[in-house]
Order: sequence, then structure tokens, then C-alpha cells
Amino acid sequence: MRSYLLLLLFVMAGLVVAFAPLPVQPIMPQERTFRIEARQFAYSPSEIEVNPGDRVTIQLVSTDVVHGLYIDGYGISVEADPGQSATLTFIANKSGSFRVRCNVTCGAMHPFMIGKFTVGTNDWFYRSMGLAMLGVVSIFPLSSFLTQRKKKEERSGAGD
Amino acid sequence: MSRIELTGNPFVKSALKNRWPQLAVFIVMLAGYLFAILAGLVGTQVGSHNFSIVFVWIAWWAILILVAVPFFGRGWCAVCPIPLPGEWLQRGAVLHPPRKKPKWFNLRWPRAFRNIWLQNISFLLLALFSSVLLTTPNITGIVLAGMLFAAIGLSTVFERRAFCRYLCPVGGFIGLYSQTAPVELRIKDKQVCATCEGKPCYNGSANGYGCPWDVFPGGLTKNTYCGLCMECIRTCPHDNIAVNLRPFSADLARPSTRMDEAFKAFIMLGSAMIYAGVLLGPWGALKDAAYNVGTSAWFIYAAVFLGVIFVIMPSLFALCISRFENLNAFKKRFATLSTSLIPLGLMFWVAFSLSFVLTNATYIFASLSDPLGFGWNLFGTANVTWQPMLTSILAPGQTLALVGGLIWSARTAQKAANEAKTSLIPVIVYCFITTLVMLWLLL
Repeated sequence: MRSYLLLLLFVMAGLVVAFAPLPVQPIMPQERTFRIEARQFAYSPSEIEVNPGDRVTIQLVSTDVVHGLYIDGYGISVEADPGQSATLTFIANKSGSFRVRCNVTCGAMHPFMIGKFTVGTNDWFYRSMGLAMLGVVSIFPLSSFLTQRKKKEERSGAGD
Repeated sequence: MSRIELTGNPFVKSALKNRWPQLAVFIVMLAGYLFAILAGLVGTQVGSHNFSIVFVWIAWWAILILVAVPFFGRGWCAVCPIPLPGEWLQRGAVLHPPRKKPKWFNLRWPRAFRNIWLQNISFLLLALFSSVLLTTPNITGIVLAGMLFAAIGLSTVFERRAFCRYLCPVGGFIGLYSQTAPVELRIKDKQVCATCEGKPCYNGSANGYGCPWDVFPGGLTKNTYCGLCMECIRTCPHDNIAVNLRPFSADLARPSTRMDEAFKAFIMLGSAMIYAGVLLGPWGALKDAAYNVGTSAWFIYAAVFLGVIFVIMPSLFALCISRFENLNAFKKRFATLSTSLIPLGLMFWVAFSLSFVLTNATYIFASLSDPLGFGWNLFGTANVTWQPMLTSILAPGQTLALVGGLIWSARTAQKAANEAKTSLIPVIVYCFITTLVMLWLLL
């Protein structure tokens, strides 16, 4: 019974770690402009970071073939012809880390042409670390719970 | 949860005993496989528009790693088309055993290679070239054809399914991870097998063939080398073979002490981490190195790949669990404790594949209508535009897989540490650190 309660406590703690809102420090939104060069099969810079609420302008410049830039989570994209540039402007109103992908077939490694766009801190990564830590510690009540259940099953089996 | 005998159901049992349902699936699979070879060789060389890339590396891979292996173990091997032509040739029959067997060499597989080291090497060979293999249709076509011809060649020289058992690059890790699956084929009563004359399950009879996987079912204690081909159900004269539903990872309660299997666990764990960094990470230089085979950058990439898998990861693990003892005892403890890495490795692959599959799944619809990239529109889906699917649940899904894998591995470590009479803490610390690295790579 005690290990069952302990396990329940771990599950609840896990839910808190995963979903509890975190305090956010208010930062004045800014205008942020990035020039991203796209080539087969990489972006340069490949990682950009902004603050929540920033007005972001991405100037995509393709240096070889036609490339695109699609931001997961935001669902917005832009395409640039070879030697040309194209611009995408949006408000970074979703926090977290998002993958940036080429959305125009540009060659063999096209599905793996990936970059990273981070708004604020990558909260989910830290939450995941917390969950992993809780998971490791929970193994002790979990195994005690499973052992108790097995013994109970064996006893009821012997009773039959 | 105790075991539930699925073959206790007469419908399930007759469906498994009957050769026709299996043959029907085999024919569909073989047709798909041959078409994938054809598409790879004659279709468009734009990977994301070619059936061979889209259906093999996205659709098949998703089914294999997200469904087939975790829930059915070697279920894929039961319907895999690769050994079929060779097996039909070897047997001289497609269905029931013929009266007269064809005269092939029928040699025993060399004793020195009766382990999974060759499978470890064949997997690594493909893994080192994976950036090209996963994206270039004609390379995929050549590799698929090569595997088919290798299986045919080995069937004419060696007895049973030598390719599947000792060489298949996929079969090695399916076997390793099948130990975690909630399905097993086992005997019902050991005594019946001990007194059975002629052992038709291993040697064959008029009702069926001897075990194609070179396994005596009476001695089966884990899923690793049972290909679920169902021959023993057909040949057993005592109705002593059962397919059971069982708790997940039941086989891991008895850890293996084999170094080939231990290194398979490191190979799979390390490969998932390297793929996550190279293929899904934002580092263009890594992608260039992995893709440009033959360049100095690729050789460095290959050396790092092999170094991480064969030196760094096992050495750190050995360091974690080391204590003063003789070499043989240490090797046994190393292999026993590395069993804990099996659930973690499987869940690393699930987390990696979720990202890869969900972002590229829409290519399946386009490729279905235009499998060769010739401009067809067979089902009206050729122009479906690329769109990543379910990206909002991707990160939570990956976390769930990785943290779940960590807990599962920690639980397995408890059992393995009991068996090895050692502390489980170093193993848990190792699993925890590798999980953090994987989280950092994927999130």
C-alpha cells in the first residue's frame, strides 16, 4: 500500500514537472533580423535564438539550388531561388525549440536539411531532464510495488 | 500477468498452421520488395519521390520500429520476403515438403561464425553508408537486390536460413529487441520434447520443414533466434508448441552472457545517438561528412562512428561497472549488465524514428500515386504537398519514449544486477547520462 502511494506521488510529481507553468521574466519585444544562407544541405547560421514576443525577420539567401525554410510549430515557410533572397517576418509568439526544415526538394539529403529556432528557453528539454531524474528515482518504489503485486498473485495462485 | 496461450484459440491455431495465409502475405511482401528494387534502379533518383526510399525507409521502417518489433518481436521475420526465393530453391517446394529433396550442398554454417558478430558487422557496414543509402534510390535498390541474392546464394550452400540467422543486418537487432516483445513461441511441456522421437520440429517431417532458424524449440528460452516461421507448430506431432502473450521484456529476466549480443546493444544504442545528431541535428558539417563517402571527412566520420560504438560507449560502461576480478568474470558481468541497455536502445530508436517518420510521412501519399516519379497520379495523391505531421506532440512523444525507456532499463538493471550480484547504481547512472545526451540531441 505504501509503495502504491509513493508511486502515485511520483506520477503526480511527474505531471507537475511536465505541465506546471514556469515563471517568465518579462523582456521587451525587439525587432530581430537574421540573414540565413541556405546551401545543400545546411543553413548558416543553423541555430537562431530570439525572445518571446520578438518580431523576427528572416532573410533567406540560397547559394546553390532552390531552398525553403519551414518552421515546425509555427507552420510558416519561405522559399528562395538560387542567388536570390526571400523574406519571412513573424512574431515569435510560441516559446520553445523548433526544428527548421527545407520544404523544397533540394537534393539527396533534403529530408535532413535541418536547423533550430529557439524562442526563449528550451523549457521542454529541462522538463524532460526533470522527468528523467524522477523516472530513475521512481524505479525503487516501482520495483517494490511490482514485487508486492507478484507476491500477492503468487499467494492467490497458491490459494486456488 | 501470466501467459495467455494464443494458439489455444482454434481459429488462431489453424490460421498459423495453414500455409496458405502465410504464403499470401509472403507473395504481397515479395512483390513489394521486387518493386522497391525496380523503383530504386529505374525510377527517379529524387529520393523523396521514389517508392524504394519512401516505402522502405519511411513506411517500412516506421512499421518495423514503432509497431512490429516492440509488440511482435520477430513478427517481421515471419513475413520477410528476403529469404523466400532461396528457401523455395533449397526446399524444392513452395508449400509442403516435396517427396524428393533437391541436392544442394546443405553444409552446416561454420562453427566460428555461429554468433551475431557478422550481423553486427553487416549492420555497421550499412550504418556507415546510411546517409547515402537512405537518400539515394539506386543505392537502396542495389542493397535490396544484394540482400536477396546473398540469401539465395547462402541457401544453396548452407542448410536452413543461414542468411537470416547469421548475416541479415536487420535480423540482428530485431532479435535483440524481440526479447522485450509481449509475444513468444515456446513449448508447453519440456518432458514431451525430451521423450519425442526423431525431433521433427528440428529435423522436419512430411508435415513440415525442420526449424529454418536452426533452433530446437524444446530448448527455447528467449525470442532472440526464433523467427516465428511457425514450422514447428506444423511439425510437432504432440501439439506441444504454443504462441503466448506474455509480459513485456520477459526474456530480459535471464540476462545473456554473450559478448556478441552485448556489443549489439552498444551498436544499436550508439547508432541511434549518432543518427540523431547527424541526421536530425542542425550541424551541416556532420551531414556533409556522412554523405560524401570516400572523402577525408567521411573517413573521419567513420572512425568517430566506430570509435563511439566500439570504444567510447563500452569503455565508459566498463569503467562504471569495473571492480577487481579476473577477465572472464568481468566479461560475464559486462555482458549480463549490458542487457539493461536493450530497452533503452529500443526506445532511443522509437524516439529517433518518431521524428524522422512524422516529418516525412506525407511523402508516402505522393509516392503511392507516383511510385517511380514518372509523373503518374494513380490514386489522385501525387500532388500532396509536404507537411510535417503532429509536430506539436513530437517532443512530448519523444520524451515519453526516452524517459519510459530509462525507467524500463533501470528496472531491467535491477534484475541484471541481482543476477551479476553487483550494484545497479553504475548502470542506472550510465543509462541516465546517455538518456540526457539523447534528449539534448532530439529536443
